[in-house]
Amino acid sequence: MKWEEIKVHLLNKKVGVAGCGGLGSNAAVALARVGVRKFVLVDFDIIEPSNLNRQYYFRRQLGMKKVDGLSYNLLEIDAAIEITAHDMKLEYGDISTVFAGCDLVIEAFDKAEAKQMIAEAMIENMPSTPLIMGIGMAGIGGFQLIKQEKWSDNIYICGDSVSEISESLPPLAPRVGIVSNMQANLALELLLSESKST
Amino acid sequence: MKITLNNRPEEIDASEMTVNDIIQYKNFTFKLLVTKVNGKLVKTAERSQVTVRDGDTVEVMHLISGG
Repeated sequence: MKWEEIKVHLLNKKVGVAGCGGLGSNAAVALARVGVRKFVLVDFDIIEPSNLNRQYYFRRQLGMKKVDGLSYNLLEIDAAIEITAHDMKLEYGDISTVFAGCDLVIEAFDKAEAKQMIAEAMIENMPSTPLIMGIGMAGIGGFQLIKQEKWSDNIYICGDSVSEISESLPPLAPRVGIVSNMQANLALELLLSESKST
Repeated sequence: MKITLNNRPEEIDASEMTVNDIIQYKNFTFKLLVTKVNGKLVKTAERSQVTVRDGDTVEVMHLISGG
């Protein structure tokens, strides 16, 4: 598909981003660059110095809400982008309302409990909307262990599935960048394949 | 019974088992899981009640922190 055609196909697609940290900010930036114009961003956190080792924010944005910082950065890439930003902690019952109308959702939470919550909510309440999860991206190296798979029905997984963050296994820009861009790449593939079939 | 576990055929020497039994039998050590039986979500609290029988499809995903 030619670049001009890709942009036309993406024009009316809407992507949900659940969590605007390392995975969410980088995946959203990649999708904004290729032409996704509608985003629903959700996060309850603010930008801190420790985030700058991997998240798509800058020093001058320290202290801002992540949804505001990311909205600003996406608009710097393309001023025509439409963003619905929710500064909130997502709960099970919110998922289908907050992401209503999204063609797919990028799961980009930090905590395993939140990942379980959104996976279960999407299986139960949004079974026809793909959820692209990021699982296992801490540390350094191990590129060959990172993979993407369709787990079941609407749930997809990107990552190595085993590298959990800890003090000795921090999340860092290169590996978080690989997995978040893998999520964006899969999102692009799904968004464009939907367009072809409709 | 013969079941399909995470897309692979699996033969277990029992006529039926709960989802929790299967998790223990297979030594899934991760704390947080998402489980499905025949395409239907089985939440944590339901895993000791939902029974898996011959021919069923079981899917287990484990979750770890980081993002």
